[in-house]
Amino acid sequence: MTTSNPFGSEPNHHVLSVLVQNRPGVLARVASLFARRGYNIFSLAVAPTEQEDYSRITIVVDLESATLEQMVKQLFKLVDVVRISELDPRNSVERELMVATVRATAEQRGQIVELVNIFEGKILGVGPEALSVSLDGSPEKLNDFSELLKQYGIIESQRTGRVALPKLDRTARVRAVKETKGKAS
Amino acid sequence: MKSNQQLTGAEALIKGLELEKVEVMFGLPGGCILPAYDPLIKSTIRHILVRHEQGAGHMAEGYAHVTGRPGVAMVTSGPAATNLVTPLCDAYMDSIPMVAITGQVPTSAIGTDAFQECDTVGITRSITKHNELVMSADDLPLAIRQAFHIATTGRPGPVLIDVPKDVLQNMMTWHWPSDDEVIDSLPGYKPTTKGHPRMIKEAAKLILESKQPILYVGGGVLKARAAEALRELAELMNIPVVTTLMARGAFPDNHPLCLGMPGMHGTATAVTAMQRADLLIALGSRFDDRVTGKVSTFAPDAKIIHVDIDPAEQGKVRKPDVPIVGDCRLVIEEMIVALRDLMAGGTKQADISAWRSRVNGWKENFPLAYEPSEPGAALKPQYCLEKLRDASPEGTILVSGVGQHQMWSSQFWHFNEPYTWVNSGGLGTMGFSVPAAVGAKVGRPDKTVWAIDGDGCFQMTAQELITASVEQIPIKVGILNNSNLGMVRQWQEMFYDNRYSQVHFSESVPDYVKMAESMGCVGIRVEAQEEVESAIDKANSINDRPVVVEFRVAPTEQVFPMVAAGRSNDEIMLQPSQEKRRELLR
Repeated sequence: MTTSNPFGSEPNHHVLSVLVQNRPGVLARVASLFARRGYNIFSLAVAPTEQEDYSRITIVVDLESATLEQMVKQLFKLVDVVRISELDPRNSVERELMVATVRATAEQRGQIVELVNIFEGKILGVGPEALSVSLDGSPEKLNDFSELLKQYGIIESQRTGRVALPKLDRTARVRAVKETKGKAS
Repeated sequence: MKSNQQLTGAEALIKGLELEKVEVMFGLPGGCILPAYDPLIKSTIRHILVRHEQGAGHMAEGYAHVTGRPGVAMVTSGPAATNLVTPLCDAYMDSIPMVAITGQVPTSAIGTDAFQECDTVGITRSITKHNELVMSADDLPLAIRQAFHIATTGRPGPVLIDVPKDVLQNMMTWHWPSDDEVIDSLPGYKPTTKGHPRMIKEAAKLILESKQPILYVGGGVLKARAAEALRELAELMNIPVVTTLMARGAFPDNHPLCLGMPGMHGTATAVTAMQRADLLIALGSRFDDRVTGKVSTFAPDAKIIHVDIDPAEQGKVRKPDVPIVGDCRLVIEEMIVALRDLMAGGTKQADISAWRSRVNGWKENFPLAYEPSEPGAALKPQYCLEKLRDASPEGTILVSGVGQHQMWSSQFWHFNEPYTWVNSGGLGTMGFSVPAAVGAKVGRPDKTVWAIDGDGCFQMTAQELITASVEQIPIKVGILNNSNLGMVRQWQEMFYDNRYSQVHFSESVPDYVKMAESMGCVGIRVEAQEEVESAIDKANSINDRPVVVEFRVAPTEQVFPMVAAGRSNDEIMLQPSQEKRRELLR
């Protein structure tokens, strides 16, 4: 689904946090709505929330704001969608997980381990000519890490797509969320 | 309402439908839905056995159109469910409340490519307002209550419940959920019905300031039962009204403020008045491409007040100056109050008399027209419609298919009451009219119901006349037979340089009279002008069986006015005899 790097400074990227009823088919509903209306998903992560009746879907899309407004309204029309928040990257905490298998000769191994340590990642496995590593963090951090690994040769890698929540406002303890107004009909 | 009553899923389903006050349903049994047909034997619900599942869906739509109550269709799994796809999509496009129940293979067989299995909820996901695969008999009552609630509230639409065979067979403890339980079970579904007071006040101000306002009325006004409120608003402010294809009858055609239908085949007056307006008050309309023409040139000087219950319609095509999310009836009523308050406070309405006389000038100069046929020449379809209109009882329900005959019906009929016009607007489903007319007649047995069909449409769903005969539903069908796919032919003439491709039907086959008679209907053929009235009178006098009147009409007739697809409304092609007056349309 990732067609290009959506995590840079592209102006049209938006992060939506979509709270849905945790019911069979809900992800298919959301995904087919995007397909049906011609919206492109960059990344998508879904898992149950603290309340087991609900799941949260974090979607990164790249859209003009007028299109985004229409997309959010269409999404809201799905009966299973309970709440949609657009997360401003400056006011949210975002995390992503990456695992990668990197080419590593015996001589290079030490360099890569050092790199992993600097980034506070983990070594998942060691082979004669490769290392498996993991890193979680902000999408930007993962980008940097991935860039540095490239010189050794990334054999395979997989990223989860981001999950995000609003940042806590330290003084008021209010979530810095832009709630979408209006309800679906 | 907890009880210890043990029922099968099938019994619970039928009991649930009865509790939802379903009086009639349209369907056809088959393998997986069989269990549900057993308790139906003892049910109060009338079941109408169709000849094709598509017919069941359109009948449910026709019923819903004229009664405002949800139409119900029940069919089996696999091919029956896929046959229901067209009517579901039709109902979704035209916001028709409908509940469809489909059988499904037993839960243990789902996903195994079992006999007559298909992914019904997957296939219908994007053409229903909501759908649900019910995996336990205990869940059926809530699923039914949710389906009716969702189908009939907010922006109405079709809801499908897919029920596996074992779910119908299993025992469950009867429980009928309360209103609160239904609402609580749908935390993501809370339609806004009441308009925002500040927005309504803003709208009232704009209306009072406007010198060239138009009420742009869509199907939402009918869905909201807002025809009376609309009339009050129009008369209070003297604002001319256009009624879209989905809203014909929402405002009486014989009212001096009515300009008829806008859009691709709308009246020159309605189209031009929207183009020149300084304010469009869009009520339950959605700026469809068939109305706007080329969007960038549509009503260029108009401010927009957009009232719609679906927030996603606001700004989808044209950004409104005043968006109001809410039920049309409630919003119009509040708008009237706001206007009266402002006027009582001394605000005066801008002078719209110049606008009114300009609009009336267009009305006078550009009436709907056609060239009468030469003596001995083929019948004109418009003539047949006019005769039918004048000879049919007041309040006759007209149901049309899709194509030229649909446009002529909408143009030449006089819709003076709401809920007397039934057609397929958004999806444009050929074959809609015969089954939809059956559903309409079931819903309103007291009314005369005429289906106007083309020969192309008629051949798609004519078999439902057998249903009508056997179930004693005496509809009347007028076929405007031009032996062509008329609208396609018109486009090939206009835009493909008369290069006709796959557009000609046979002049001799089928024999519509014999076809009608074979299905238990009375069949009448009309070829000459002098036969038209007597045929219509005969058809109107028969009430014990369906009647089919075949009008053999000129194949060369075209629908005017016309705005070609993708062109600006300013480039409207007028009826040829009116082209010379074109500059009066300024």
